[in-house]
Amino acid sequence: MRELEYVRADDAASAVALVSGEPEARFLAGGTNLVDHLKLGITAPRLLVDVSRLPLDAVEEYDAPGGTGLRIGANVRNSDLAAHPAVRASWPAVSRALLAGASGQIRHQATTAGNLLQRTRCVYFQDATTPCNKREPGTGCSAVGGYARYNAVLGASPDCVTVHPSDLAVALTALDAQVVVLGVSGERRIPMTGLHRLPGDRPDLDTVLEHGDLITAVELPPSAAARRSTYQKARDRASYAFALVSVAAGLELDGDVVRDVRIAWGGVAHRPWRATRAEDALRGQQLTEEAVLAAAELELEGATTTDQNAYKVPMIRNTTALACTRLAAGEVSR
Amino acid sequence: MDSEISLTVDGRRHTVAVDTRTTLLDALRDRLGVTSPKKGCDHGQCGSCTVLLDGRRHLTCLALAVSYDGAEIVTAAGLGPEDDLHPIQEAFLDHDGLQCGYCTPGQVCSAVGVLDELKQGHPSHVSQDLEATPEPSDDELRERMSGNLCRCGAYANILAAVREAAGRGQA
Repeated sequence: MRELEYVRADDAASAVALVSGEPEARFLAGGTNLVDHLKLGITAPRLLVDVSRLPLDAVEEYDAPGGTGLRIGANVRNSDLAAHPAVRASWPAVSRALLAGASGQIRHQATTAGNLLQRTRCVYFQDATTPCNKREPGTGCSAVGGYARYNAVLGASPDCVTVHPSDLAVALTALDAQVVVLGVSGERRIPMTGLHRLPGDRPDLDTVLEHGDLITAVELPPSAAARRSTYQKARDRASYAFALVSVAAGLELDGDVVRDVRIAWGGVAHRPWRATRAEDALRGQQLTEEAVLAAAELELEGATTTDQNAYKVPMIRNTTALACTRLAAGEVSR
Repeated sequence: MDSEISLTVDGRRHTVAVDTRTTLLDALRDRLGVTSPKKGCDHGQCGSCTVLLDGRRHLTCLALAVSYDGAEIVTAAGLGPEDDLHPIQEAFLDHDGLQCGYCTPGQVCSAVGVLDELKQGHPSHVSQDLEATPEPSDDELRERMSGNLCRCGAYANILAAVREAAGRGQA
């Protein structure tokens, strides 16, 4: 491992200034992904700016259109967010997504912002001896024609076929959250639907953030669909495994007719995939299993698969139907 | 780059200079001679290095020591003296919750954390109702202990030990 300078940031603005001014600097928060990458030789920064002790650890209510929103500090740990009474009551998909990820130990350590910025678990990205356009631009993609079981089925490019690993990001994308970002030129807000990128010809860029931008908070707006929401994850093991596919869904029903619906998918693309075509198809319709399957089918037009990952298409369609019909039947508590 | 940090480990305060790249696990084992937490995978996948850090279960392999200056750490060895073991340790002995024993310090620390989280009412992935107080059912205990692997496969007896420590006795 390359020699590393370490600085503990005094405040968010100086952390941003330090990292912005040094191309080979990285923020360190919970460290569960970055420290692993240092060991694996996936990244070799010269300077670590530790933001883990910045006072970005509050969960606060704020007045929002239609009710009370929740502002979550970037350093709020995954376990604390999952157990927060307001999240459990009004944004249950967020709790469910967090609890479906990692282990009890890691959830105590991993932060809200760090969870969103974790990097892909593509086996080639994590193996520094193989070509990977995300890790080393221009070297090629080993997953194209290689071990393809986890590969994306939507929005992939010839340069990168991997998927985003976060569960939390999928729930936040479904529920219209936004991130608050501090950069050298001040604070701005980015909707979750616009934070992560498709790979295109720059798979080295996971998000639209500039080097030195620091996520300081996540804002969760209230909605009826958020209050009746859940997260359904399919994986190889019953616990402590990344998603094969996952679905965050929220429903607002008028009788059995869909007034509002939110659907986002994990495990299928380079970013959390907001299924807007499926949502549009379902609004105003009776919520039946057939209707959800048909809506998911629409969203999956244009999916590209190989023999190894073709299973993801029926799996995401059926998992979406399961999540929505269980929500409609009141089978998932909160 | 070296930095001086202080750590309180099992009640003893240590001050030590560590290179920035030193993990908390290596600082404990190689610099302070605290060998209770074990290095299994060293990538956050097995849980052998679990300790209680500022009261909560925490990996030490995916942590840079320099970032934890001032932390209070309790390892499995610090949970109770040999003649007055912690109830979790007693339960592991009573139920043979181990074979080779390598993962055991991590399992024990994790179990202490699990029972505390249950006491605080934290839900888990298998909790039916997110807002209800979770019960220490076998499903709940299995899910909550899933971050600790045992290559001997002593899971049945580990579960029995945690079940007893959770107050459910011989179910």
